[in-house]
Amino acid sequence: MTGPTPSGPVPAAATPGATTPGGATGTAVRPAGYSSPLPTPRPHLGHALASEWTKLVSVRSTLWTLGSLVVVVVGIGLLFVAQSSDRDYIGLTFATPALFGLLVGQIAVMVLGVLTITSEHATGLVRTTFTAAPERHRVLTAKYLVFSATAFTVVSAAVFVVGLAGQIVHGGSAAGAHPANEWSGALLGSLYVTLLGILALAVGALIRHSAGAIAVMLGFVTLPPVIGAMLNIWEAAAPTGQVILEHNAPVALMTLFGMQESDVSLDMPGPGIHMLVILVVTGAAVIASYLTVGRRDV
Amino acid sequence: MIELEGLTKRFGAKTAVDHLSFQVRPGVVTGFLGPNGAGKSTTMRMMLDLDNPTSGTVRIDGKHYRELPEPLKYIGALLDAKSMHGGRTAYNNLLCLAQSNRIPERRVAEVLDLVGLTAVAKKKSKGFSLGMGQRLGIASALLGDPEILMFDEPVNGLDPEGILWIRNLMKGLASEGRTIFVSSHLMSEMALTAQHLVVIGQGRLLADLSMADFIQQNSRSYVRLRSPQQERLKDVLHEAGISAVSVPATGALEIDGVESERLGELAAQHQIVLHELSPQRASLEEAFMRMTADSVEYHAHAPGAPGAVGSADNPARPADVPAWGAGFEAKRKGGE
Repeated sequence: MTGPTPSGPVPAAATPGATTPGGATGTAVRPAGYSSPLPTPRPHLGHALASEWTKLVSVRSTLWTLGSLVVVVVGIGLLFVAQSSDRDYIGLTFATPALFGLLVGQIAVMVLGVLTITSEHATGLVRTTFTAAPERHRVLTAKYLVFSATAFTVVSAAVFVVGLAGQIVHGGSAAGAHPANEWSGALLGSLYVTLLGILALAVGALIRHSAGAIAVMLGFVTLPPVIGAMLNIWEAAAPTGQVILEHNAPVALMTLFGMQESDVSLDMPGPGIHMLVILVVTGAAVIASYLTVGRRDV
Repeated sequence: MIELEGLTKRFGAKTAVDHLSFQVRPGVVTGFLGPNGAGKSTTMRMMLDLDNPTSGTVRIDGKHYRELPEPLKYIGALLDAKSMHGGRTAYNNLLCLAQSNRIPERRVAEVLDLVGLTAVAKKKSKGFSLGMGQRLGIASALLGDPEILMFDEPVNGLDPEGILWIRNLMKGLASEGRTIFVSSHLMSEMALTAQHLVVIGQGRLLADLSMADFIQQNSRSYVRLRSPQQERLKDVLHEAGISAVSVPATGALEIDGVESERLGELAAQHQIVLHELSPQRASLEEAFMRMTADSVEYHAHAPGAPGAVGSADNPARPADVPAWGAGFEAKRKGGE
């Protein structure tokens, strides 16, 4: 590799007699402290946000994760829209086809959430970041804000595209009544996936290891149905198993997108309960991340 | 001005930095020396508030690092050349740092030009060679045009041209009145750049003195004489009032403070055959190794080559290297 040749005025300012040991000692005139001509306005959260935004958009992984999310949600959603008839939408909302892609696509959001922080630990960039911004909480806050705004925008846009397609294609009278507020479920669903991403970021901040944090998050969304079903086998553990089966990420997403199984829906938790559960879990992880990142050695 | 006071860091039972107190003065290059594992990097990380000290404090112009509103404008640090995200371009790596400290974007191009990376500014930094990575790290340190600069082993892995460049860069920066604090495990490198020396071993302060004092105290010059008629030579020297030390290992005589010319003439007068007459100068590297011999943490145990890191001229190294910490323990007991 051809290294670039050094340039600039500073090397030229070398003192003569540089190669004699101790040549510069004693007699050297000691200048008074250096003062920079750069302006020194105080940075605030806005500058941390700008910095985090640059970080997010200047790496390839953002494009890959969010791109695959959009492709999966819109692709599967449009496929469903194309294969379904107007009558299929009697019990469903127009945004429901987005659910199938989102059940897969949520993994991309979680991976991006984890990478937002663990990539800094993996590369050692975190030392540079915290040296530049010793207010670590400000950095963390900027990460949470930039990530959640980006994730929510992309997820809800993808869901909206699918919902709009459903409405345009199947909006006839055979689909039954569709009140305008059915979109709120889709919006809550997008928020739910964003919260999963925020949880992933918090877990990443706590574990500081990409693979480990991604594994934890995959377990969080895939294990509850399995564990719940296993616990249901034993009579003593069955009530716990039932609670787990009713309160987990896939069930929550299905509920939010209007996919409850109508015959057993009498005592199933509603959207409010699901949002509450994810808010409490994510909130706890976020608080834990603030407590640990602030005082840990990096 | 950076002030360290009683700085201590323990990792479990191991004490990495042990009650370290010294000052880094403005306008000079201060060399921070110690063998591998002496605690140099840990100390630097604590100075930047990346690691929390177990006890003790670090003050930068009287303030704790966390109290600096825009730290990049106070301190620029090169800790590790790899402290960048390889998937980002050199330009973007610096841009996100500049933004977080409210440094104007034009400054990014300026520092890239200063370190000679303008041509590869839009290239991903993971493709950079070691030397280019080091330059990028230095660019990030210079980004805020800071008053204090800290470099952790900046010449590691650089080619001779790069080493010369860094050496001159540091001198230039110091001549502008900046404080330069640079760590190294190479005494020879420090001798060329630093005006002040702080030497640590196993986390403890071994020396804090000016380079001139260190050289004066540690560079002993002598003349080595070898002769087949060594006993006669000794007598002659004794008569002339010159004291000679015989070194059994090499079979030579070592004479302090006498010109080699005079010794040669003396031998000629008495018709003594000489096989060697050579002026010698103990290197600063040897002085540094003598100073830190007890505190070297990782010894190589190569058979037949005790103290493989030492030069052949260094008789101070014992053949059987003690377990690490033994010398330190002995010193501590002696001190109590």
